[in-house]
Amino acid sequence: MKRADSTLVVLVAALLVLLVLGLLLPKWLFLLTLSLGKGLVILGLLLLLRTGLVSFGQGLFYCLGAYAVGSLGQFLGIKDMLLLLLTGVVIGSVVAFLLGFLMAKYRDIFFAMLSLAFSMILYGLLVRTAALGSTDGFNVPPPTLLGRPIGGEAHQYALFAVACALAFVAALMMHAYFETPLGRLSPAIRDNEIRVEYMGASVRHAIHVKYVIAGALAGLGGALTAMTVGHIDPDLAYWTTSGEFIFVAILSGTGSVIAPFLGSLVFEVIRTYAYQYSPNTWQLVVGSALLIVIVFLPSGLWSVFWYLRRRGSP
Amino acid sequence: MTPLLDAQGLCKKFGAVTAAWGISISVEPDAVVGLIGTNGAGKTTFVNMVTGYIKPDAGVISFKGQEVTALHPRQITRLGICRSFQIPQLYHSLTVLENVVVALGIALRNSKRSRWARAPKFVPGHEAPLMAAAEKMLDRFGLRQYRSSLAGVLPEGVRKLLDIAMALAVKPEMLILDEPTSGVSSDEKFGIMDTVMSAVRSDGVTVLFVEHDMEIVSRYSKRVIAFYEGRVLADGAPAHVLGDPDVRKYVVGGQVAELAGSKESARA
Repeated sequence: MKRADSTLVVLVAALLVLLVLGLLLPKWLFLLTLSLGKGLVILGLLLLLRTGLVSFGQGLFYCLGAYAVGSLGQFLGIKDMLLLLLTGVVIGSVVAFLLGFLMAKYRDIFFAMLSLAFSMILYGLLVRTAALGSTDGFNVPPPTLLGRPIGGEAHQYALFAVACALAFVAALMMHAYFETPLGRLSPAIRDNEIRVEYMGASVRHAIHVKYVIAGALAGLGGALTAMTVGHIDPDLAYWTTSGEFIFVAILSGTGSVIAPFLGSLVFEVIRTYAYQYSPNTWQLVVGSALLIVIVFLPSGLWSVFWYLRRRGSP
Repeated sequence: MTPLLDAQGLCKKFGAVTAAWGISISVEPDAVVGLIGTNGAGKTTFVNMVTGYIKPDAGVISFKGQEVTALHPRQITRLGICRSFQIPQLYHSLTVLENVVVALGIALRNSKRSRWARAPKFVPGHEAPLMAAAEKMLDRFGLRQYRSSLAGVLPEGVRKLLDIAMALAVKPEMLILDEPTSGVSSDEKFGIMDTVMSAVRSDGVTVLFVEHDMEIVSRYSKRVIAFYEGRVLADGAPAHVLGDPDVRKYVVGGQVAELAGSKESARA
């Protein structure tokens, strides 16, 4: 009970700090919004990792969410921000629901490779679809909020505020989910699938549900990213994108629902500065950062807080 | 009275080995049955067929009048048969309390059929009854001092108790214990059996237990079924079965002398 409260307190504090920070540092809005969008995808990955599953294909739902937003805006003229975000969630969860029937039968490397295969199929299709701009992709028209067009910095801040609210709600719901009977099956399935079945719960059903939740979050993250960046291309489904999500998930750690957002932010900052100061060797810097985290904080960035807390309470 | 569990003519072959050869057993509600036999006699095969892990080549198994022969272990568990394991099957990265909470949560999900009752709730404190039930279960099994220990680092006797507590938390009508005292020191075994039997019997759960230790069998079971080469060799009251010449010859072997000796020393 005490732990639940501390997560809630940290989440509310983080929300307020972010909203103020966004006002004070308008130049950082792009980076902050992008990290929140990717953080949502990684939050879904956290759920799968806690269940013992590594999806190497969250780029599939991420890309679908982004292309849904882009296509609706470009071809149908639908520009309402909230409606578009909802579309991202719906397409992510529907596709995850359909693929889930197959995915829920697989574990370990087979699960990872199958998810990778599905995302690369989407990549292959998009690259060959001239109507969607092939490898170049296309631009996403700026969205409106509640029927009102918003431009310039106000637009960026509105999008950022919506991203903050979504990340807050998603993290809170995920936190509550882990305290429910179905949510508690995650570590149980990771530890001992057979025992879960012998207690009368369906492992396949539980994994299917978790896969859909992760797909919905990735779709939402993709929708948010499309509006933030204003351009989409098939690289969103490429395996390096999915790999980056896993990279950041490992960097963050799975100890808390806040970790994905923190890790995502740290990663974007490191990458931005590394790219700025050493454009040719930025991957080296990012790789070294992960290496340092793995060596010194094997449970991810989040475990820093465990050590701090342990030191704080004798 | 209709039997709770009714197995008729179960046969199972693994290649050239016949593990079960026409096993027929019915168990009344509220019974405490000890299953004995040497390794390979068919006890575990029988348990595995009843719990759905393997399907018999021939024969029918019914539970509460419903045929369960072809059902999946999960479905059989939902009908009310739960088992513990010879090698405890725990969630090693969770604490002892969390292990029990997982089990209770599954029972809760299976008991309430409506969608609404099964949906996740985002209300703080709604899980309080579940946590209270888990704490109570720990008390009944004497696991309170291990409450926050990780299941992966427990001593063997505690692992056994936790494994059985998890099976009982699923709220079965029939509990099958696979060698509850194997791997446990002889000082601990009666303590474990006393704890388990009082917890299980206070819930009115029917118990089947597989056991090699004849002291345990004679002390705790009301009925004993002896297996030999895939058949039921003897079935009845403990004194009757353990005194049966065939059982003494093929099943109990050297343990009878030990048992007699220990009974005398206990009396003295």
